[in-house]
Amino acid sequence: MSAHLRREALDPAALADAVTSADRGALVTFVGIVRDNHAGKVVRRLEYSAYEPMADAECARIVAEAAERWPVVAAVEHRIGVLAVGEAAVVIAVAGAHRAEAFDACRWVIEEVKRRVPIWKREEYADGTTAWVDPTAPGGAVPAQDAGSRP
Amino acid sequence: MTSAPASAVRVVLFARYADLLGSDALDLPAGSVSTVADVVASVRRLPGGDALPPHVLCAVNLRQASPADPVAPGDEVAFLPPMAGG
Repeated sequence: MSAHLRREALDPAALADAVTSADRGALVTFVGIVRDNHAGKVVRRLEYSAYEPMADAECARIVAEAAERWPVVAAVEHRIGVLAVGEAAVVIAVAGAHRAEAFDACRWVIEEVKRRVPIWKREEYADGTTAWVDPTAPGGAVPAQDAGSRP
Repeated sequence: MTSAPASAVRVVLFARYADLLGSDALDLPAGSVSTVADVVASVRRLPGGDALPPHVLCAVNLRQASPADPVAPGDEVAFLPPMAGG
C-alpha cells in the first residue's frame, strides 16, 4: 500500500499527532466526511478508486509544496474502497508556529487534493442507481454504465 | 499492474473511462504513437472510444501531460476522468 492512501478507517488524531511538535503552536485539521446526499439524491454508500501510484506521488508533491509555500508541516491521507455515510474520506493535518499559515496551508492542501490527485468516486443511491461523481458535469455526476454489476 | 513491454506504450484507464472502453489497460505498438495526442486518437478508434469527451486529461509516467508531450516505448499513459477525491 502507499503512504497516503488507506483502505482502512482513517485516524485524524494520529495524523495530527504526526505533524505537531513543541515549536508549532497551531494545528489545523480538515476531515472530509461521506455525505448522505448529492444533487438531491440520497447516497447509500460510495466507492473511491485511484490511480494509486500517481495519487500517492501527487499527495507527496502537495505536502512538499505546502512546506515550501508556508512554514508548516502538512500531512494528508485519503481513503479508498467502499465507504459508508459518515465515514472520513480524507484527512489533512497542518501544523505551524502560528494559526495564519496553518489555516491557509490546510485550505490550500485540500483544494489541491481535489484538483490534482487522481481519485474517483462512484456513488450508490437509495433508488438503486449509481453514478460517477464529475464536478465538471451538469448535476455533478454521470450515470454509471455498470449499475449493479459490482459488489 | 505489470509494466509495459519495451516495444509498447501502456495505456491505463480509470473509473468512467474504463467503463466506456470495457478495459483498464491496453498496449499500443510504440511505433504507432509519438505524442499524447496520438495515444488519445488511437484509443478513440477502439470500440467505446468514441464516447470519450473532446478533451481527455492524461498523465505520462505519473505526471500530468499536455497533448503535444512526447511518449516513448515503455511509457505509461493514463487517461484521467475528472477527479473527485476529497
